[in-house]
Amino acid sequence: MRKKLLGVMSLLMVLVMIFTGCSQKSTADESKTEDEKYKVAFIYVGPVGDAGWSYSHDAGKEYLLKEMPDVEATYIESVPEGSDSERVLTELAEKGNQIIFATSFGYMDSVMNVAKKYPDVTFIHCSGYKTDKNVATYFGRMYQPRYLSGVVAAKKTASNVIGYVAAYPIPEVIRGINAFTLGAKSVNPDAVVKVVWTNTWYDPAKEKEAAKSLLDAGADVITQHQDTPGPQQAAQEQNAFSIGYNTDMSQFAPEAYLTAPVWNWGPYYVDTVKAVRAGTWKSAQYWGGLKDGVVALAPMTDLVDEETKALVAKEEKKIIDTDWDVFTGIIKDQEGNVKVQEGQQLTDEELLSMDWFVEGVEGKIAE
Amino acid sequence: MQKYLKVEKRNMNNQYGMFAIRIGGIFVALVLGAIFLIFSGHAPIDVYVTMIDGAFGSAYGVNETIVKTIPLLIAALGVSIAFRMKLWNIGAEGQIYAGGIMASGVALSFGDLPSLLLIPMMMIAAFLGGALWACVPGIARSFWGTNETITTLMMNYVGILWVDYLVFGPWKDPKGYNFPITAEFSPSAFLPTFGGTRVHIGIVIAILCSFVIYILLNKTVWGYEIRVAGENSDVAKYAGMNVTKNIILTLMVSGGIAGIAGMTEVSGVIHRLQSNFSPGYGYSAIIIAWLARLNPIAAIFVSFLFGGLIVGGYAVQTSGLPASVALMLQGLILFCVLGAEFFTGYRVSIDKRFFSKGEAKING
Repeated sequence: MRKKLLGVMSLLMVLVMIFTGCSQKSTADESKTEDEKYKVAFIYVGPVGDAGWSYSHDAGKEYLLKEMPDVEATYIESVPEGSDSERVLTELAEKGNQIIFATSFGYMDSVMNVAKKYPDVTFIHCSGYKTDKNVATYFGRMYQPRYLSGVVAAKKTASNVIGYVAAYPIPEVIRGINAFTLGAKSVNPDAVVKVVWTNTWYDPAKEKEAAKSLLDAGADVITQHQDTPGPQQAAQEQNAFSIGYNTDMSQFAPEAYLTAPVWNWGPYYVDTVKAVRAGTWKSAQYWGGLKDGVVALAPMTDLVDEETKALVAKEEKKIIDTDWDVFTGIIKDQEGNVKVQEGQQLTDEELLSMDWFVEGVEGKIAE
Repeated sequence: MQKYLKVEKRNMNNQYGMFAIRIGGIFVALVLGAIFLIFSGHAPIDVYVTMIDGAFGSAYGVNETIVKTIPLLIAALGVSIAFRMKLWNIGAEGQIYAGGIMASGVALSFGDLPSLLLIPMMMIAAFLGGALWACVPGIARSFWGTNETITTLMMNYVGILWVDYLVFGPWKDPKGYNFPITAEFSPSAFLPTFGGTRVHIGIVIAILCSFVIYILLNKTVWGYEIRVAGENSDVAKYAGMNVTKNIILTLMVSGGIAGIAGMTEVSGVIHRLQSNFSPGYGYSAIIIAWLARLNPIAAIFVSFLFGGLIVGGYAVQTSGLPASVALMLQGLILFCVLGAEFFTGYRVSIDKRFFSKGEAKING
């Protein structure tokens, strides 16, 4: 009798398990094994295969997974900035992720809204300026490797015109253009940097067209603040040289590519996840530079001569080892007004809200 | 080969048959999608379950689907009105942007006013914005016979670029670090939401609109006139109807309602104006209007399902599907459902002679 009862009960249990397994997408048994893993999530503005911004964050995620095998990471790609991102963030918080990395500026309001509703989840927002108890921001001093890449470009150019394909006229991009120009002028005072705005982060065709227009205007070195290798390809097609961005883009334009200022998010992700897990994490605004390794200049190709390589190494050492930084005076704006006095430096606050171009930039910031 | 494939018009009165054909369309889409998913290394049933679960499986999912339903439904109602008169208003997207601009202008200028005054003002402004946007193609059509399909479509780009101009220029948030967004509206310009959800009062407005437009189209003289004019404009003229006036008026009402969709989106969800704030609601609205057979009540349900398709599309990404595959699935379902519509209006049969080779030769 007992045996029969046991048999019936186990049969019932199996049935129940099958049914819940079917209808609930097997949350019953999966969640148990998942609970042992620490869940983190990433949302990207572009596809991970963009070979640029989103790809660089995904590489950071892969590094995190390699360093911390007991972490489980999900990602959602191509999430538009705006109302959709709020839903995606909520969904990820709802699914039990402990840390959510939101990797685009335009997610800022959504991050703040969702963070209020999920005080136990830690939100790490890239490139924004709003923080909360459970919201921190992080970014890198990309202007430092940009300065170095400006040195490389100015050494290479014969026409003294360098083309810069830029996304939006926000401080991050303006800062990069200025640093690049300062680097270029430090070795070649005659160099000018022409800027074209695309008003998009990710649009391979548009970026390429913008680069072509710069090449037609006499540029012989192209660089970019964009997420695809489009401008690199444009440079190669017209036998010009190119400097990438985000990641090593040599494979897309091997005959043009010189180097690229690149992101290296992995170590920061590992540190953050470890701190949150240990309970030692505090909201902060992280802004690491060359010294911290979150930004770097990718290895220079054989198209760059030895003299330039040595010069770049010297400048890099200067930024890392001394107090000198890219925005140290005298710096003049486009009209020739002195913006930074001799020996003075711009504060982080001033850098983060930069809305003017230095001397040597040819272009306008939209009013 | 073409000779043997016969396509005939048919009048299908069999409700069950029509229903079966549409279900068949969805079924074909799911099977094709499954084949694709298997080849790309995913379990199709899991993906479909995640999709439905994401959109309708939880209170949260349903709420988010409703949030998407609102702009889709309002814009679909707008285009339905013009379609009744066989005016091809493809410009709902631009009218949404125009409505969003006008509503934002009011919200940014009169932020101190109380909600009870401000929100109706924003709504009227949005209606006028959308109406203005549609009135340009309307005038061109009624006086010079311009093809409104093209002009309404072109007005879309103008609307989208106007928003860009405003958020990059005069309306840029002074504290926004040059990012292309306007300042956040004052809270009195927000549409009230239900509880802690993102569902806003716009859903009530949308459903009310459905019923008002149903009555307007089916029970009023104006509704009758535009239907007659749509069937045959000569008949309408003989009957003494002012077709010229009706073309402009219909397009303006159509655009005005689509404009309100722009208002509910900026006021209910985003709380500011930003570039590309509508991810193509105006285009989806055209599909919804057709699937609902221009019936405003049916549009409620079709919009809801369509909203679910969008929300579910994102949900499948959490199960490890790339965004592009999710988009492809959405496209596949739409394609098959719309494709199935063809078979409700036409019968396709294969001529018997096709099967006997001898005769086929003679026919060459």
